[in-house]
Amino acid sequence: MESREFHIIAETGIHARPATLLVQAASKFGSDVNLEYNGKSVNLKSIMGVMSLGVGQGADVTITANGDDEKDAIAAIADTMTKEGLAE
Amino acid sequence: MTKTLNGIAASDGIAVAPAYLLVEPDLSFSKTTISDVDAEVARFQKAVKDSTEEVEAIRDTAKKTLGEEESQVFDAHLMILNDPEFTGAIENEIKNSKINGEAALDATAQNFIAIFEGMTDNPYMQERAADVRDVSKRIMAHLQNKELPNPSTIDHEVIVVAHDLTPSDTAQLNKKFVKGFITDIGGRTAHSAIMARSLELPAVVGTETITSDVKNGQTLVVDGLNGDAVIDPTDAQVADYQAKSEAFLKQKAEWQKLKDQPSVTADGKKFLIAANIGTPNDMEGVKANGAEAVGLYRTEFLYMDSKDFPSEDDQFEAYKAVIEGMDGKPVVIRTMDIGGDKHLDYWDLPDEMNPFLGVRAIRLSLKNKEIFRTQLRALLRASAYGKLCIMFPMIGTLDELHQAKALLKEVHDELTKEGVKIGDYQVGMMIEVPAAAILADQFAKEVDFFSIGTNDLIQYTMAADRGNDNVSYLYQPYNPSVLRLIKHTIDSAHKAGIWVGMCGEAAGDSTMFPILLSMGLDEYSMSATSILRIRSEMKKINTKDLEGLADKAINESTTNEDNEKLVADFMAKYSK
Repeated sequence: MESREFHIIAETGIHARPATLLVQAASKFGSDVNLEYNGKSVNLKSIMGVMSLGVGQGADVTITANGDDEKDAIAAIADTMTKEGLAE
Repeated sequence: MTKTLNGIAASDGIAVAPAYLLVEPDLSFSKTTISDVDAEVARFQKAVKDSTEEVEAIRDTAKKTLGEEESQVFDAHLMILNDPEFTGAIENEIKNSKINGEAALDATAQNFIAIFEGMTDNPYMQERAADVRDVSKRIMAHLQNKELPNPSTIDHEVIVVAHDLTPSDTAQLNKKFVKGFITDIGGRTAHSAIMARSLELPAVVGTETITSDVKNGQTLVVDGLNGDAVIDPTDAQVADYQAKSEAFLKQKAEWQKLKDQPSVTADGKKFLIAANIGTPNDMEGVKANGAEAVGLYRTEFLYMDSKDFPSEDDQFEAYKAVIEGMDGKPVVIRTMDIGGDKHLDYWDLPDEMNPFLGVRAIRLSLKNKEIFRTQLRALLRASAYGKLCIMFPMIGTLDELHQAKALLKEVHDELTKEGVKIGDYQVGMMIEVPAAAILADQFAKEVDFFSIGTNDLIQYTMAADRGNDNVSYLYQPYNPSVLRLIKHTIDSAHKAGIWVGMCGEAAGDSTMFPILLSMGLDEYSMSATSILRIRSEMKKINTKDLEGLADKAINESTTNEDNEKLVADFMAKYSK
């Protein structure tokens, strides 16, 4: 299992467009990918799940991936996070 | 069977085309217990699959006809449709509670909607509740084998039939294929009517029953000149209407010749005919119809068409575009008129018993000075690019006017300190609250101009909601009471040496126009499409013949109908 923490800096948190891009990034991989925030964990391949967490600015979230391509999945998600100015 | 419905003529022109019903089916259901769980899950999955295919098709057409941005909402819908947490939760609900798909869908969707709507600190997420609603409605329709209207997929000429048209409905319509509108409810000042006029499409509103009388695809005639809607017309009727349409278009072409001519009466007296606009996009129509000014720029559309408060820079760009576009001709920009029937998704205002008598327009601006300040800064920055007239709406008391002017001065000083260039500009107010009309002589000493807003002035004077069909008989533009207020306003303005215009629908009304002319109104602001008609009518009137008309209209006439007859007789006698 692979995991990484992110500190969300985007003013509006993880909202629609970035959330969509994260879900799209995660969906490309076979591994199970989860987003943990505030003691709750949701499937990062689910837009409804991600959005229902309501991750705001300043939040610390953990992404975990479990499967054959877990390393690549985490790398791709980290890439999206920085490219979209979501997290550092 | 041919059937003719009579409604309100809301926008000029005639069209014949098949009906397109923009009406949602009844999707109510009852919750039932099921025994064959697998079959029910399969039925639900089929509905999701059908919905997905349908949304994909809608997205592809929307991309082609409306553009990339308008189609993105459907991508969001597809993600929800394919979301394991959403569809999975519904399937689990069917399995665990042994209930039908409709009930499981409804319960799960309500759950997510409640979560999203609960995120009160994040208006964007609150809006996503609408996406969940839309998607659920589509699956629900497929579960019940019913068809939802998909206006963005219209690919042939149609006449759109609806109970009422909201701004979000019209955003989805492809203007290329829509030839006209017919609605059940509404009046000449309803959103659907105003939009039809700005798109130059014929429209009939307030037919009461069109949505239940016509079926999808049935041939319809919309006669926006007389306010008639004909279902299944005979061949002879179609020929008649086509001839009438041609005559109308010919007259329109005749008016077109007046485009670059000044607005003068038969005896050479000059007045100003201006256009009402909602966005910088309307400038095309303003130019095509030869407006001599913009008499009303309704800035609330800037706020309504956006997902959050428009920034100072966004507003500045919009105002500048209009001011520059008019090339030194006057542009009256009204500060935001929000409240009443105009709401913003991102601004949660308290519900009111009587919104039209509540916190709207200047009242709202003065209660939210930071938002108002941003608008005033943008306006003053734009003043450097032409001839700006800033106008405050709904002023009822001198105190409100003082407060608005004081804030404007503060912002002016602040910008000067920052070294921002500010041009010459005028400051004026709407006369639409009867209290302001009655005290017009006092107000006139403190502003550079007045603009009479008849839509609201009539509604407040007659105490008749302009959107309520049941009291539409009280909406009387020519009632002597209303005309007295108008005359007092005009006289007060002239006594104080300021100019006075009118920016309500009445300025472009053929009956009202001669009365206003006889009262000496200086500026007439109307839908751009009415300008050339009024300019042509103006040419036929000699102001010497008008003497005494205003006096008769307010002192001898006792009813709205008296004045209709008064003007009709006058025009028959004098109009050349």
